[in-house]
Amino acid sequence: MSGHPPGHRAGRGRLLAGASLLVLAGCGTDSTATADGEVGGTLTVFAAASLTDVFTGLGDQLEAEHPGLDVQFTFAGSSTLATQIGQGAPADVFASADTAQMDVVADLAADEPAVFTGNALEIAVPAGNPGGVTGLTDFADPDLALAVCAPDVPCGAAAEAVFADVGITAQPDTQEQDVRAALTKVQLGEVDAALVYATDVRAAGDDVEGIPFPEAAQEPNEYPLCVLAAAPNPAAAEAFVALVRLAEGQQALTDAGFRTP
Amino acid sequence: MSLAAHVVVRRGALTLDVELAVADGEVLAVLGPNGAGKSTLLRVLAGLLAPDGGRVVVDGDRVWDDAGRHVPAHQRSLGMVFQDHLLFPHLSVADNVAFGLRTRGARRADARATAEGWLDRVGLAGLGDRRPGQLSGGQAQRAALARALVGDPRLLLLDEPLSALDARTRLTVRAELHRHLGDYAGSAVLVTHDPVDAMALADRVLVVEDGRVVQAGTPAEVARRPRTDYVARLVGLVLLAGTGTGTTVALDGGSAVAVAAQVHGPVFVAVRPESVALYLSRPEGSPRNVWPLRLVTATPHGPVVRCDLAGEVALTADVTATSFAELGLAPGAQVWASVKASEVAVYPR
Amino acid sequence: MPVPLLVPALLAVGFLVLPLVGLVVRAPWPEIGAQLARPGVGEALRLSLVSATLATLLSLLLGVPLAWVLARSQVRGRSLLRALVTVPLVLPPVVGGVALFLVLGRQGIVGRWLFEATGFSLPFTTAAVVVAETFVAMPFLVISVEGALRAADARFEDAAATLGADRWTTFRRVTLPLVAPGVAAGAVLCWARALGEFGATITFAGNFPGTTQTMPLAVYLTLQRDPEAAIVLSLVLLAVSLATLLLLRGRWLGRGAVG
Repeated sequence: MSGHPPGHRAGRGRLLAGASLLVLAGCGTDSTATADGEVGGTLTVFAAASLTDVFTGLGDQLEAEHPGLDVQFTFAGSSTLATQIGQGAPADVFASADTAQMDVVADLAADEPAVFTGNALEIAVPAGNPGGVTGLTDFADPDLALAVCAPDVPCGAAAEAVFADVGITAQPDTQEQDVRAALTKVQLGEVDAALVYATDVRAAGDDVEGIPFPEAAQEPNEYPLCVLAAAPNPAAAEAFVALVRLAEGQQALTDAGFRTP
Repeated sequence: MSLAAHVVVRRGALTLDVELAVADGEVLAVLGPNGAGKSTLLRVLAGLLAPDGGRVVVDGDRVWDDAGRHVPAHQRSLGMVFQDHLLFPHLSVADNVAFGLRTRGARRADARATAEGWLDRVGLAGLGDRRPGQLSGGQAQRAALARALVGDPRLLLLDEPLSALDARTRLTVRAELHRHLGDYAGSAVLVTHDPVDAMALADRVLVVEDGRVVQAGTPAEVARRPRTDYVARLVGLVLLAGTGTGTTVALDGGSAVAVAAQVHGPVFVAVRPESVALYLSRPEGSPRNVWPLRLVTATPHGPVVRCDLAGEVALTADVTATSFAELGLAPGAQVWASVKASEVAVYPR
Repeated sequence: MPVPLLVPALLAVGFLVLPLVGLVVRAPWPEIGAQLARPGVGEALRLSLVSATLATLLSLLLGVPLAWVLARSQVRGRSLLRALVTVPLVLPPVVGGVALFLVLGRQGIVGRWLFEATGFSLPFTTAAVVVAETFVAMPFLVISVEGALRAADARFEDAAATLGADRWTTFRRVTLPLVAPGVAAGAVLCWARALGEFGATITFAGNFPGTTQTMPLAVYLTLQRDPEAAIVLSLVLLAVSLATLLLLRGRWLGRGAVG
């Protein structure tokens, strides 16, 4: 069985598209498409879940510039996507939330994957900060309810590295399966703090407050992107990659809390 | 020890309304066709079903009345035997028999000893460790009887206790049941649709049809003088209703029957099929009861052939297979039927 | 055997068993010893077995009486009650986990009160694993036992009543033994469901090795990093649960059939 992308992810992307367009409204309207007019058909983009809002907006923009182009997204955990691509899922573009998962599919890339943005860790606390969390050292407090990502997933690996840099032994109550799950616990008020990405804090809205910390910059999370060798629609794939890399894409990423490496 | 009850239950089309009384040591059989409400009556007497009205009095204690006194089944002193024995399949036979003693607080060893004694009395000595599934039908019903009697209940209720048994087993179990009922000091109510059970086991019989008592009396009375077609068929009689004047009864359906006794007013006439003789031509002599009839059906019935006849009078005749062959009868044939006036039972309606 | 039954039956066997075969074939057998010796594997397995067993006991304690109420009592709104208690069957387990937070979390309706009074908060504890597994698995037990109660001959309960047994004694000494095979089957189903529980557990109890990380959670997280190791862990879980069920069938279920 080949791994078909789960359809509901794309559906959620569509729901969020309207909000993303508002973010992009201030951007220029100059076309960033490649010179050839062949861009059309269906473009399938596999992207890390944290890119949902930004990429959906960029996809809509690309569709507007190229009538006849239909951009389909599958947003999921990078490792899940990498596994599906390895199993032959018909993707044109893969954007991973870390270089490790990109390495898994490196042999299947049409070009050398390149880092297009980055994400830094941030402390997320429930609105009002009931636990009185001030910085990274609070993660060593056994009396606080704390969530981090499991070391098996990228955000957890980054958290471990940051804790090592700072020299503290973290006392988390739970090691979450992914960054969204960690953030959910903050939103429900069930933990006093979680270590997540700046973009997640931004996306969570008013329920969650972010506390940046300087050590985060030492362990930036790099997001590489590539066109796949087996891409059914390479022209559209190149156009999308170009849009992400150029000024407009970068601005949209920055607006969402991503950091240019 | 005695039972007096008036039971009213409304269930859809059927309204059960029955009064009964059973004295100490007496066995009352409730006889009736399926659906007459017999089992419903028994469940009410047991306290398993709340009636819509009436009362149940055991030994002078009201255990149910419509003034609000409702003693649940488990607080009454009663034993019940069910059609398909309902021995608990997960318990040994001895534990089944001891069950009622244990729930009423007897110590395990005492209950076990009493149970073994009862198993001995019903002829199941040594089978106490078996599971009910390892018993024959007759053995299981004996164990069920022991289970019901072991606590020496004031009231014993038997719901078709023999009808699940095969004919031969039924004969022996019936005889044993008769013996145990004879020894039993409390009041017993036996529900059955088999007249032989009722006749063999009961001191009195209550016939219930469509929720009502249609006849009550000793087994002999009921057998000799049935008052409904149902009972008459059960006891093997033909029942005719009519009005008596002197020694003649004018039947409700026309025609007339001569009888030996002087009668007046509404009466029943009961004719035994074996007393009816058939002839191909009008018999010689002067029997007073002679009718030309038509043979409807003829069914072999043991050594005789049962002939259902129609015409002025609806009769049934039992003739020997030899006679039947000599007469050369076939359904639809015209025959003469005669019965002696002295062979006809007549009694007030 | 009739072909219209045989062919779909064989297809069903293939459909259910082939993925298992896939796991066995793809398992990195030479490394299996090393994978099993990794720290945390034994801990996760032990935690899975303990929490699934506790969840099953809790389900028996609460679910059998509930099944009795659904099957025997005359309470009004019984069908609505039945529909409500089977909701966890259709609820995505992750949603179930969030729902548990809303009731038992330290901000939850009940949990808030508990937290303020005692400072104890249920989420992220082993007890939370048991609660999450019970929530998801108990309906399986309730439905099995209710079915067994409905199929059982209620006249045995009448017989017990005529022998002086009140309803509680009747339930203990007659009804429960009669439906024992149904209870056992329900408990096995419940245990298996609890053992494989993932969504509600990782949501409500979180994931921490030794405290809340059961085998399914360990498998899922290992899958993010090392799919082959995850296959090994899945096979361990499978082998242990199969062995347990076979043992139970021989020891307990086989003898449970009565009548």
